[in-house]
Amino acid sequence: MVASSLLLAADAHFGTEGGFFHDTAGVMIALPFVAFLAILAFGKRLPNQGGEIAVGALAINCIWAVAMFVQNMVSPVVTEYVFEIGRIGSGLSFELGWVIDGLAVMMYLLVNVVGVLVFTYAMGYMHGDRRVPWFFAAFSLFAGAMLVLVSAPNLIQLILGWEGVGVASYFLIGFYWEDLANVKAGNKAFMVNKLADVGLLLGAAILGVVMGTFSFSELEHLAAEGSAALGGVAVTAGLLLFFGAMGKSAQFPLHIWLPDAMAGPTPVSALMHAATMVTGGIYLMARTFPLFEHLATDARVVMVTIGTITLFAIGLLALVADDIKKVLAYSTVSQLGYMMTAVAAGGYTAGVFHLFTHAFFKALLFLGAGSVIHAVHSNNMSDMGGLKEHMPTTYRTFVIGSLALAGIFPLAGFWSKDEILATLGHEGWTAVMWIAIGGAFITAFYMARCIALTFHGTYKGHGHPHESPSIMTGPLVALAVPSVLFGLLNIPGVSIPGIGSFTEWLAVRGVPMGDHHAESIDFFLAGVGLAAGVLGLLFGWLLYGKDKETQQARDSFEIPLLYPLFRRKYFLDDLADGITHATMGPVARFVNWTHTYIIDGIVNAVGGLMVLLGRFVYNGLDQRGVDGIVNGLSAITDGAGGVVRKWQTGRVQQYAAAFVGGAIVLAAVFMFVI
Amino acid sequence: MTIVQFLILGAALFSIGVYGLLTRRNLVLVLLSVELMLAAVNLNMVAFESLLATTQALGQVFTVFIITIAAAEVGIGLAIVILIFRNRRSANADDMTLMRW
Repeated sequence: MVASSLLLAADAHFGTEGGFFHDTAGVMIALPFVAFLAILAFGKRLPNQGGEIAVGALAINCIWAVAMFVQNMVSPVVTEYVFEIGRIGSGLSFELGWVIDGLAVMMYLLVNVVGVLVFTYAMGYMHGDRRVPWFFAAFSLFAGAMLVLVSAPNLIQLILGWEGVGVASYFLIGFYWEDLANVKAGNKAFMVNKLADVGLLLGAAILGVVMGTFSFSELEHLAAEGSAALGGVAVTAGLLLFFGAMGKSAQFPLHIWLPDAMAGPTPVSALMHAATMVTGGIYLMARTFPLFEHLATDARVVMVTIGTITLFAIGLLALVADDIKKVLAYSTVSQLGYMMTAVAAGGYTAGVFHLFTHAFFKALLFLGAGSVIHAVHSNNMSDMGGLKEHMPTTYRTFVIGSLALAGIFPLAGFWSKDEILATLGHEGWTAVMWIAIGGAFITAFYMARCIALTFHGTYKGHGHPHESPSIMTGPLVALAVPSVLFGLLNIPGVSIPGIGSFTEWLAVRGVPMGDHHAESIDFFLAGVGLAAGVLGLLFGWLLYGKDKETQQARDSFEIPLLYPLFRRKYFLDDLADGITHATMGPVARFVNWTHTYIIDGIVNAVGGLMVLLGRFVYNGLDQRGVDGIVNGLSAITDGAGGVVRKWQTGRVQQYAAAFVGGAIVLAAVFMFVI
Repeated sequence: MTIVQFLILGAALFSIGVYGLLTRRNLVLVLLSVELMLAAVNLNMVAFESLLATTQALGQVFTVFIITIAAAEVGIGLAIVILIFRNRRSANADDMTLMRW
């Protein structure tokens, strides 16, 4: 257990080991599943179509989440509650349970608090929509699966939650399944994730088989001790786990599913991009951080490279997107690149802190975008413009979220991005650090463009946009507060008296996390990062701020070669399609051929034989054989009856004569034979 | 007198009875023939009893039973004949072919 002496002062209030909320955290994990079943059972009959059950379950969860988070601040506890479900032989055991430590408790807070706000918002957003009970049921399942994932004490439960999140996201992305494009988006998300899951499964299998345990706490202790056996497989297993994380956390080139996942209702995008789903991969990297810190150091070069490509190259795509949700989606991919780069470069705290702050302002931005979409009935920014006057609350909160994302002082994004830059610089990834600063410029640039095209100028759409109801603007305001303030939780070198700082809370793990904490603010780096953000905003505003006749005209700033490249998303989708067609095409054709000629041939031949056999049985055996016997027997009986019945004449004296005759015969037999 | 004479008489009576049973068409005469056969059997019973002289006099006892039952049988038989005659104005056995296929 890691706890500073400062923190131990408040022990008297909360106890040291596993208080009530820790002991009963399983209830928190189970509640969304209960809500899932309850909504399916009688959500339809409730006034809000089951939304109140979903919100209620997460609201209750928030009590646990906040209580454990506060307890982690003042009197940290590292423990795990594990229940053995089954065992293979004498070695590998299958266990379920929940983990209590700084990282897990932070995730509980994130999932539940962001979740309850998004759920509340969704009650307004989905009002009067199709299949609302199913929406809230699947949404609860989504949150529940994420809780299973982040509470996992071992790889097996993590995979369970991981797949649960995948399935729930599949339901939600393809929620409007009447439109084929949405179904395809759901399939794409599911399949890309499945491809990545192969890596996760193989990595887990290698660790489980070689080390004989799936438990995170045992694995991290082995890693911290520098186990030779673990060291032998660390790079392979680490890269495989990373491949799994690449799918879930949308790292280049497996990010292609995420922009398409915008097909789902906007609250789904908000939750998926903020607290659940995409944070899963980063969480896995943070959870297995000791493995990468001590043993799989060679894998980190690959991870940093992928993360850097993701944060820079995918961020550029947001510059040309017309769909407001796609701008935010590419932005999310880019920010996930930051997190992954940070964690891979050794910045456990930096990466997770960015995950934490990003969850709030990205949820805010998505909900803001949803509010806009709700008002203008279109996703495209070419149908928007001038919404500032019509939707003041949405506008203000959206700007706050954008500034936080762009890393403007003193909002949350500034501090977390600065921490990432500081870590990259400290760990010697100077080139990556400058690319990340460039990424910050791009981030600010596309957010300025997004605000300009959406809220400024004149309205280009149809109908009359209006501010969303308070059930939707309420969560916006509620999310704006942490977007502004939560960066202050982790000012380098500052520990808030009595509760410490985010770095200290997150360091509450079974083994010490050897990452770098800046002792004071690096004013040069912070200044450069801030300058990149401000310049990005400025350029974006200069290019897109001016109002023009049509939105297309405003958005016509096109650089030759680059513009089509970005519009086609680096041809990655085409590449993925091409690879799929080139590799799977012949296989599919071969399978089709064998199906048509061989399997169908066999089936038809067997069928033909059966027809012949059936005819033989019917005509030969049944009609002639069995029926013949039955008919023959009845004919014999009939004929015999026709003969014998004539003997019954009704004449008493004939009977008497026969009787006497019989008596004579019997008498003769007795006298002469016997 | 030897037993043979009684047996010849009994056999003769029985034969006459059988003949009458098979040939007579009048139901009253058929019943009479049956009585004749019973009488022949009774004669044999008594004759054998006197020859063998059993202590319980079984021959006589059976004879008495047979006479009693024969009386009852004739009573019922004649009643049936009378009823048939009343219904069909005939006591001819050849007309009574109701109980055939």
